[in-house]
Amino acid sequence: MTAPPESATLGIAWRARLTSIATPAGLALVMFAGVLLAFGKNPIKAYVDIFGSTLGSAYGFSETLVKMTPLVLTAVAVAIPAKIWLINVGGEGQLYIGAIFATWGALTFGHLPAWLLLPLMVALGFLGGGLWGLVAGLLRARGWVSETISTLLMNYVAILSLNYVVFGPWKDPEGVNYPQTAEFAPSAILPVLGQSRVHLGLALGLLAVGLFAFFASRTRWGLEMRAIGGNADAARRNGLPVGRYVIGLMFIGGGLAGLAGMCEVSAIQGRLRPSLSPGYGYTGFLISWMASGHPLGILGAAFLLAVVTAGGDILQMTQAIPGSVVNILMAVILFVILGRRPGER
Amino acid sequence: MLGLARGLLSGAIVSGTPLLYATLAELISERAGIVNLGLEGVMLVGAVVGFVTCVATGSATLAVAAAALAGALFNMIFAFLVISRRANPLATGLALMFCGVGLSALLGAPYVGSQISGLPEIPVPVLTDLPLVGPALFAHDALVYLAAPVATLLWWVLFFTRWGLSLRAVGENPVAAFAAGRSPHRLQYQALVVAGILGGLAGAHLSVGVAKAWAEWMTAGRGFIAVALVIFSKWHPLRAIAGALLFGGAISLQLQMQALGVPISAFLLDMLPYVLSLVVLAVWGGARRHAAPASLGRVFRGTE
Repeated sequence: MTAPPESATLGIAWRARLTSIATPAGLALVMFAGVLLAFGKNPIKAYVDIFGSTLGSAYGFSETLVKMTPLVLTAVAVAIPAKIWLINVGGEGQLYIGAIFATWGALTFGHLPAWLLLPLMVALGFLGGGLWGLVAGLLRARGWVSETISTLLMNYVAILSLNYVVFGPWKDPEGVNYPQTAEFAPSAILPVLGQSRVHLGLALGLLAVGLFAFFASRTRWGLEMRAIGGNADAARRNGLPVGRYVIGLMFIGGGLAGLAGMCEVSAIQGRLRPSLSPGYGYTGFLISWMASGHPLGILGAAFLLAVVTAGGDILQMTQAIPGSVVNILMAVILFVILGRRPGER
Repeated sequence: MLGLARGLLSGAIVSGTPLLYATLAELISERAGIVNLGLEGVMLVGAVVGFVTCVATGSATLAVAAAALAGALFNMIFAFLVISRRANPLATGLALMFCGVGLSALLGAPYVGSQISGLPEIPVPVLTDLPLVGPALFAHDALVYLAAPVATLLWWVLFFTRWGLSLRAVGENPVAAFAAGRSPHRLQYQALVVAGILGGLAGAHLSVGVAKAWAEWMTAGRGFIAVALVIFSKWHPLRAIAGALLFGGAISLQLQMQALGVPISAFLLDMLPYVLSLVVLAVWGGARRHAAPASLGRVFRGTE
């Protein structure tokens, strides 16, 4: 067996980090083209559609930023717990619960002015997703259930919860028979940039990345997280509250994914309905993995996968390919990265 | 009341069958020391390949065979990355799941809404006519009848053959197994081939046996429930039968309640298997850790 290539270690220059994302992405694009060819689709036309529709016009670019917003948040939601090797695969569920909490705020306090209602919805979204992550954190801190499997299972409970409220108690009485809540008051809608759909959530996402970078590298908490991530047993013997970090980081991670749900429901949908997310939580997981949790890498990878996600919508229309096909492209990108890097356990 | 009990029992068996195949798939992987979260993707590939084969050929037997083969091949992506390239099994498993979701959607798109007759029910003569339990127990398709024997076979292979002993040794301590002349990598590949076959069968039973239809992501997390069931069954194939029946019962409870017109939202009842998995893990997960293969999650790195 050949020796594995040098590990892409932490602290690598950001330029090298960007190359380390671009190379496997290129290789994955070639492999995905092979899959499309095998199914009798034209890969060149598919790529022209994907990149032309996203990067080819100001409108397409703005739509890519719209898709990038929840992806940045769900990626940081994975990257923060990953600092101490927690695997949060529950971004999807945390996003849904965040959206449900924020919707409750919008429907209950719709009469409040925007400057009061929007911060309340942001807090509720964070709280909802955070509590959903906290459950997994508690189960893990007690040594009962691996957070990987609990967050995965809770995703399904979260999605069913959303279906329950929009088909049941929160169904819009004037909505004929659509499973959706009443439309939000204008004061519950996040402000957008100019004529585009790019909304304030993007700023929240960038803020989250910035705060994450700052706390991870410049504070005592970041240092302690590195210590726990390096050797949890040694950290515990040195008196670090490992359990509290497990619970706390799962809460913060879940909260950020919940924030993504709040943004989607407020700025994009304007009401709660079942088709809230095409898997943003799972895509965020891949982004964080591609970037090894590095803040700038997260932004780069989130942009790349936003192009893929937005492109998936286009493929569905122009080539009659199901939108979830972009999952193959994402998986292949990850396969290439995983196959190149030695295991990190 | 009698009708409910009979429907519940029959439903538990039918819904429990794909769960049992999936649990056995995860079980043999974990006995070899590898957690496979990609089982969900393997099941989806098995489900779609089985369904498409059934539409194309009209033969349910061919469909099941094709699904098993496809599951095994698809699982080899995972095996190569985790065993040969030493990739993180958890992340690789999730990537495999995504790949399965996408591939099955692409392959199955032209077949959404296609009709098949699927796996035929084979009523067991005489026994079907038994009062009360007859129709619930003895009017199923071949994959249902085979499920418990397959579990028993796996139990026998794991605990009473040389190969099974070697496989478990690799899961417990690959270095010692290597020192004793076994090849951990080859055994792990073999375990993942068997897991892929079983995962493919699980998917095939969903699409060709139960639903007789194809829908995107029709496994709905059963691959992850199987991971919980492996812990519930203490990594033991025979206990997995009981676990699969219990969870199959939780899944079929919703259908029975709806049929009776019980005023509980179907969505809340649908949560039951997932919540049950979490509760089972929380209650037994910590206490049963000693039953887990000792080197689970750590991949053998050769003699460095």
